[in-house]
Amino acid sequence: MTDQLSRVFAALADPTRRDLVARLAVGDATVGALAEPYDVSFQAISKHVKVLEDAGLVSRSKDAQRRPVHLEAEVFDLMTKWIERYRLQAEERFSRLDAVLADLDDEGNDLPTTREGTAS
Amino acid sequence: MTTTSEQNPTATERYDEAAIEADASVPAIHIRRDFRATPKQLFRAHTDRDVFARWMGPKELRNEITEWDARDGGSWRYTARHDDFEGSFRGCFHTVREDRIVQTFTWEGMPDSVSLETMTFEDLGDGRTRLHAVSLCDSFEARDQWLASGMEVGVNEGYAELDRLLADDEV
Repeated sequence: MTDQLSRVFAALADPTRRDLVARLAVGDATVGALAEPYDVSFQAISKHVKVLEDAGLVSRSKDAQRRPVHLEAEVFDLMTKWIERYRLQAEERFSRLDAVLADLDDEGNDLPTTREGTAS
Repeated sequence: MTTTSEQNPTATERYDEAAIEADASVPAIHIRRDFRATPKQLFRAHTDRDVFARWMGPKELRNEITEWDARDGGSWRYTARHDDFEGSFRGCFHTVREDRIVQTFTWEGMPDSVSLETMTFEDLGDGRTRLHAVSLCDSFEARDQWLASGMEVGVNEGYAELDRLLADDEV
């Protein structure tokens, strides 16, 4: 699981590959069609697709000669969920911090109304 | 996008809610959040033992700070308890400055794994201050495992609620 997550992160670290994923979210496409808008070789795009494939982010059908590239949405969703959970946990802590900050004056000192700290 | 090579978001960007970013070039996690507060307020919230205890965990009484010496070369340690979970975390304060705190972070359950935490407080000039926290792990695997498990915050009482929330999102 973790290994796959690492590969997903590495695969998405590249802006061209992020762009490819964004375009594949719209629909399947051949490597040729994917390569068209870029000023790089077909081989270069093919390599990027291979990295996405190894990370499990895309798959390629075996049948037709064209072998269109398909985005594996579940894998993408899983990664997004993991990060979102982490983010929500951080945000939960920061909401508590918001409340604590409201009890301090601009210099960071306790306001007179602040209740006593409850540290152990 | 959550994975990006951009390290300096444009000044126009706002972080009213926490934003998480997995660094593409080093095994680090970036968290950014804007607070309606001064840098001094944020600094005290991170360095004063009593004030820190008020927000570090949802149930202060069950999270116990056992060591706290917030100065260059000082150390910290606390034990978090949640249901049948008990975990201790410890580290050293390396730099304690009004605009920057650098400290190490270790979960005692994995004592050989140490991350380096750098927090900066940037005055946005409109009554708000931006917290930028960078957690630098010792490997990409450790970083990704951390992201995937939410280890540090698994002790939060809101954890179960979050799981429910996310489950609702699922099919």
